[in-house]
Amino acid sequence: MAQSGTLMGFVHRRRRGAELFLLVIALVVGIGAYAAVGIGVEGKVPADIVGYGGGLAALVIAAHVVVRLVAPYADPVLLPVVAALNGLGLAVIHRLDLAYEASGIKHDYAQQQLIWMTVGVVLFIGTLLLLRDHRVLQRFTYTSGLVAIGLLLLPMLPGIGRTINGARIWIHLGPFSFQPGEVAKVLLVVAFAGYLVLHRDALALAGRRVVFVDLPRGRDLGPILGMWLVSLGILVFQSDLGSSLLFFGLFLVTLYVATERPGWLVVGGLLFLAGATLAYRLVPHVGQRVDVWLHPFNYYDKNPGSFQPVEAQFGMGWGGLIGRGFGNGSPERVPYANSDFILSSIGEELGLTAVIAVILLYGLVVERALRAALISRDPFGKLLATGLAAIFTLQVFVVIGGVTGLIPLTGLTTPFLSYGGSSLVANWVIIALLIRISDQARRPVPDLSGEDDTDADLESTQVVRMT
Amino acid sequence: MNKPIRTISMFCLLLFLALMINATYLQYYKASSLDKDPRNRRVIVAAYSRERGAILVGREPVAESLPKDDQYKFQRTYSQPLRYAPITGFFSYYNQTGVEQTQNAVLSGDDPDLFVTKLIDLLSNNPTKGGSVQLTINPKAQNAAYDGLKALGNNVQGAVVALEPSTGKILAMVSSPTFDPNKLASHDLSSVTDTYKSLNDDPAEPLLNRAIQTTLPPGSTFKLVTAAAAIESGNYTAADKVPGGPTYQLPLTSGPSGLIDNEGRDCGTDRIPFTQAMGNSCNTSFAALANEVGAEAMTKQAEAFGFNSHYLDDLRPQAISQFPTKMDAAETGQTGFGQFDVTATPLQMAMVAAGIANAGTVMKPYIVDEVQSPNYDVINKIQPEELSQAVTSTTASELTKLMVYTVDHGTAIPAAIPGIVVAGKTGTAQSGITNVPPYAWFVSFAPADDPKVAVAVMIQKADIPRDEIAGGVYGGPIAKAIMEAVIQ
Repeated sequence: MAQSGTLMGFVHRRRRGAELFLLVIALVVGIGAYAAVGIGVEGKVPADIVGYGGGLAALVIAAHVVVRLVAPYADPVLLPVVAALNGLGLAVIHRLDLAYEASGIKHDYAQQQLIWMTVGVVLFIGTLLLLRDHRVLQRFTYTSGLVAIGLLLLPMLPGIGRTINGARIWIHLGPFSFQPGEVAKVLLVVAFAGYLVLHRDALALAGRRVVFVDLPRGRDLGPILGMWLVSLGILVFQSDLGSSLLFFGLFLVTLYVATERPGWLVVGGLLFLAGATLAYRLVPHVGQRVDVWLHPFNYYDKNPGSFQPVEAQFGMGWGGLIGRGFGNGSPERVPYANSDFILSSIGEELGLTAVIAVILLYGLVVERALRAALISRDPFGKLLATGLAAIFTLQVFVVIGGVTGLIPLTGLTTPFLSYGGSSLVANWVIIALLIRISDQARRPVPDLSGEDDTDADLESTQVVRMT
Repeated sequence: MNKPIRTISMFCLLLFLALMINATYLQYYKASSLDKDPRNRRVIVAAYSRERGAILVGREPVAESLPKDDQYKFQRTYSQPLRYAPITGFFSYYNQTGVEQTQNAVLSGDDPDLFVTKLIDLLSNNPTKGGSVQLTINPKAQNAAYDGLKALGNNVQGAVVALEPSTGKILAMVSSPTFDPNKLASHDLSSVTDTYKSLNDDPAEPLLNRAIQTTLPPGSTFKLVTAAAAIESGNYTAADKVPGGPTYQLPLTSGPSGLIDNEGRDCGTDRIPFTQAMGNSCNTSFAALANEVGAEAMTKQAEAFGFNSHYLDDLRPQAISQFPTKMDAAETGQTGFGQFDVTATPLQMAMVAAGIANAGTVMKPYIVDEVQSPNYDVINKIQPEELSQAVTSTTASELTKLMVYTVDHGTAIPAAIPGIVVAGKTGTAQSGITNVPPYAWFVSFAPADDPKVAVAVMIQKADIPRDEIAGGVYGGPIAKAIMEAVIQ
């Protein structure tokens, strides 16, 4: 995999100063939002603004320092973007805590989320410190695959598995509850990338050609069929539409990128349609979701019905272009306003402007991840980054699309914004991996034109001489 | 692998674009239709917590929002709840009626006419305030109407409407039984639900504005329309003689069921003066006249006064007063004295009187006189509109003569005001339902030479002996009191 960037002698700069500057802006967003919540809801800047702001700043600065030390060439945009999202999410969760408190039930979701963010940043730092080269992960292809499957099966175990809101995706261990699927998705990306790097040549062999598209050979359909069945299984046994969609989409994208065969997209698309039709017909939970999506206003008073998505739409419509302002809306009317439906809370109180800004921030994360994939020098890194970008995009699309009524509603968290430890921690690890891959990709090639290496890498030295 | 990565990038871009387009659609283009959804509590709570404008009668607010130290900040308060409830309606957390409903945009401050004040409020970061609505109601007339109806007992069901003939302004509108809108405006939502349920289930229908929402046979007051059609035909003036006699056999009928009589009033034998026919409310004369002019002319005349049409925008819903468009000769004869399928609201009958009083021109009735900004600057003064030319001015003055005679020498004598020429007509309509007593009607206007007020009184049910129900006895004094209140 020769890279045009390095071939032309282009060397990425470290840009750590830019990252720090952007982080300051991100902190202004996070801490400013927290102050705005206090002013909007209680009429004064919260008393603990210094402690809160200090804590938030300490976390992101710690992350920055570690990046500066162990991944100096990493993409400078990723960390500030997720810091801003996380800060905004904390402020909105705090805003909802105040709303719940006003109606008589005291919650401290914001504090818990701050603790989870700390855990997330610690894992982020840990990942960067321990994992100095992402290619190491390739060794754990099958291990991560097995662990991921194990994690996905955990909620099915009696005793620790819990069904919450119809989906059996939770485990409870003592006081802790956790969604193992969130961790499993990171492991699955690793497993898919590792597996496909090894088997991509075989899977890329062309079979029958139908209308400009080379379909894969029948005998190679095994993996995708297996993945399809696993996804359907998640859907049927755990009633988790979102994760099912996420895993299959992820597999399809990595398969396509690994083999460069659009034929896989055709096969995958057909399988998706078949699965969707089957699920719609046979799984009552799914059929009902689709009906509610098609005619949300007919199911407002029903149970199960569309109260939640319709209230979310009312709220977002009520917010309009610039929103009602913190404290002037009623985002708490939407059930789970601080987790799955946090975007409707943002839409109601901060308006379309903030919703577009949030979507653009997500878009930036994905753009940066795909950029890292493009310039990465090793196929495993490319696949890993693309897979992480894909899972991030799909999750954002599925959850925001569901909340805004673009697609049927599925239960997924909004990365970095939603209240929920498992998701937040997993997403911080995803960002750590992306930072590691981008650091590897942007790092200048070791100076191979040195005295001793002329024989070892003849080609490189020749190119350098020519230019 | 870079080519598929670029393809995937485009795909991701498309997904993000779709999200942004959909969010824009939802929060910008679809927002106003979402805000209009009756289930959207945010809009309701916001409207509910706003300083809503006042509904004014004269200089006095009959409905206003007073500051309250709770979640909704303001409490809608009705100073004379029972007296004005049919007009103001109520403003509850769940819905509104009456002027509260039809003028909601102004009262809540969302009306385009209030855009400038709203913009100033927005820029100066003040909460939006609603504009005020000035009603056409004359408080003295309203009091006279309410007190008059109330004097007939607590269980009276009826309505009174007074109009200014030259403009169509509603000077008084009372409906009984009534209700207390303060109870429905309460912030104690469960008590609001209970109150609403008990009001809604009450067989006396207190939430009904009988002045505009109840249509009943107008009985003899409809003879004014028949007389109008007869005079318009060119065959009669007030000085002419009309068919009379103690009985009238309806065409196409034989025997007692088609035989009309006059319940003992003197209607001569063959032809009698028009004044006597009107003054003694001769059914036989008007059945004959209706058949003389024919069904088509009767329909045309009734519709010229506003039957079969919608004309009231300020209160909803307005019941349509009915005059049948297809009928045979026997039925036409019955419509001549306001029976068969003829039904009218009290407002409709007041419009008949007002049309005659206003030289034949029926004005469109209205109750909102002015729209005012939150600072009580007049933003919109409503101009009177002509609804129709029901009869020529000559016909109108002939009809006035007949009505004046009826007050001076006929059944409408209880409405006579010393020193003022009053024109009036009584009515007692058969309900047509067993055990339901007849309905008493009374319409009048005064002064006859320069009419300032036209009144219609309808008593649907009252705790009075059945044989005493005659429009003149109970409706007359109420009409008189209202006319006096306006003139003096």
